[in-house]
Amino acid sequence: MEFTRRDTLGLALGAAALTVLPYRVHAAGEEAIQAFTGGAELKEGGVQLTAPEIAENGNTVPIEVSAPGASAIMVLALGNPTPGVATFNFGPLAASQAASTRIRLAGTQDVVAIAKLEDGSFAKASSTVKVTIGGCGG
Amino acid sequence: MASGVKPRVKVPKSASAGEAVEIKTLISHQMESGQRKDSDGNTIPRSIINRFTCEFNGEMVIDIEMLPAISTNPYFQFEATVPETGTFAFTWYDDDGSVYEDSKEISVA
Amino acid sequence: MKFKAMTAIAALVAAPLTAVAGPDEDNLVVNGEIEMVTTTDAPAHLQDTFDTIYSGWHFRSDETQALQMDDFENPAMVFVDQAQEMWDTVEGSEGKSCASCHEDVAESMKGVRAVYPKWNEAAGEVRTLSMQINACREDNMGADPFKYDSAQMAAMESLISVQSRGMPVNVAMDGPAAETWEQGKEIYYTRFGQLELSCASCHELNYGNMIRADHLSQGQINGFPTYRLKNAKLNTVHGRFKGCIRDTRAETFAPGSPEFVALELYVATRGNGLSVEGPSVRN
Repeated sequence: MEFTRRDTLGLALGAAALTVLPYRVHAAGEEAIQAFTGGAELKEGGVQLTAPEIAENGNTVPIEVSAPGASAIMVLALGNPTPGVATFNFGPLAASQAASTRIRLAGTQDVVAIAKLEDGSFAKASSTVKVTIGGCGG
Repeated sequence: MASGVKPRVKVPKSASAGEAVEIKTLISHQMESGQRKDSDGNTIPRSIINRFTCEFNGEMVIDIEMLPAISTNPYFQFEATVPETGTFAFTWYDDDGSVYEDSKEISVA
Repeated sequence: MKFKAMTAIAALVAAPLTAVAGPDEDNLVVNGEIEMVTTTDAPAHLQDTFDTIYSGWHFRSDETQALQMDDFENPAMVFVDQAQEMWDTVEGSEGKSCASCHEDVAESMKGVRAVYPKWNEAAGEVRTLSMQINACREDNMGADPFKYDSAQMAAMESLISVQSRGMPVNVAMDGPAAETWEQGKEIYYTRFGQLELSCASCHELNYGNMIRADHLSQGQINGFPTYRLKNAKLNTVHGRFKGCIRDTRAETFAPGSPEFVALELYVATRGNGLSVEGPSVRN
């Protein structure tokens, strides 16, 4: 692959845009949280997020969320192109306010769980998941 | 309907009244995220299952809003309270309007 | 220990991955009842090479390993369900399904996966399970063959493999299969591509080491077809061979080619004694 002057300039601009990108992604995450909580304060404790410290493959990362008494738990992957993952709404016949699933992570990042608790307050838990880059495309 | 979509659900056959039972569900679905490009460089449009619900005798157990970060062949595990003999109804809602359903009976002795 | 230096480097790069040095010591029991032999003495023909052979399961993370320990966690099983429907579906000009001749797959296919690839006397060739499936479809059902490494083929092979889970791989390398086996062995040790890598370069000389962030296994195929997290679908042995050879930056052989049939026969016998695991879950 050969680069022309114009390509190189384009790459430089792209790189400049990339350095700005995290703020934009962060903003999308903030918006999702705002929409879910209405801007309420997020306390620590009351919600638990279980995720592997290292994911062998970012395509399929097992996670579990749990928040006793919660009516809903929202999960966000703040480093993904779009931060939303899922919102679990628990009905009257949920035996526990807990669920497991498998998610996609675009790279090493913080996964966040926010629970709407029984008393209407909100709690937050987060976990850093390192995503390894494979050796063999195979 | 997306091709080859098939649900798989695990529910115990019986329980005692008020018991918590573990439920596992999996459905075969590509969950196209809308982030990928084809070999010509065109973005492949998003096509996912965007909602999953589990009800028991018409009452809600769990209702999950799903976004493109849910992996291919979506899997969920959760617990339900079984007050009486009845039927679990599982429903998956596809972006394309398709609805996939499965149900399981459970008897309370 | 032949891999100390590289392991040390890899350990620095991926420090929290503590078990980088070789296979782990976990036990694989599926559904709490099928006890798998994932570590055993190397078969006689490999005893100058290895003391012990290991299933690829030992080289994966705990989270990936767990996906194979319960058939409701294993995403491959939804495709086994699909194949069960195919098994009972009439296709082709003869008005037959698989079940028309073979009836209950759980009875008729028990032990089959464990002995394939296998010499077929009438055809005068070594046949893989996929070749046999297609021979049945074409000759007995009058149906179109599956594409060799298609999703349907991988699913059907998985359904047949499930019936042998836990049984030891016992693929014959002698008698009429010997010539094909020797061809496969030669391919295994031939360096391919711009990177000049043979199968043995990674899976014999460097298993247990990290290749970037990937943990190299012995390249055993007792777990195939395998559901890979990477592409979230079932992968056939020949599909995997193709990917490996492509990664050496070589022109690859085609799935179903005589070269890959011979290689599958040879690699299968390197796993004689391990349990049939397919469909397994890998990275």
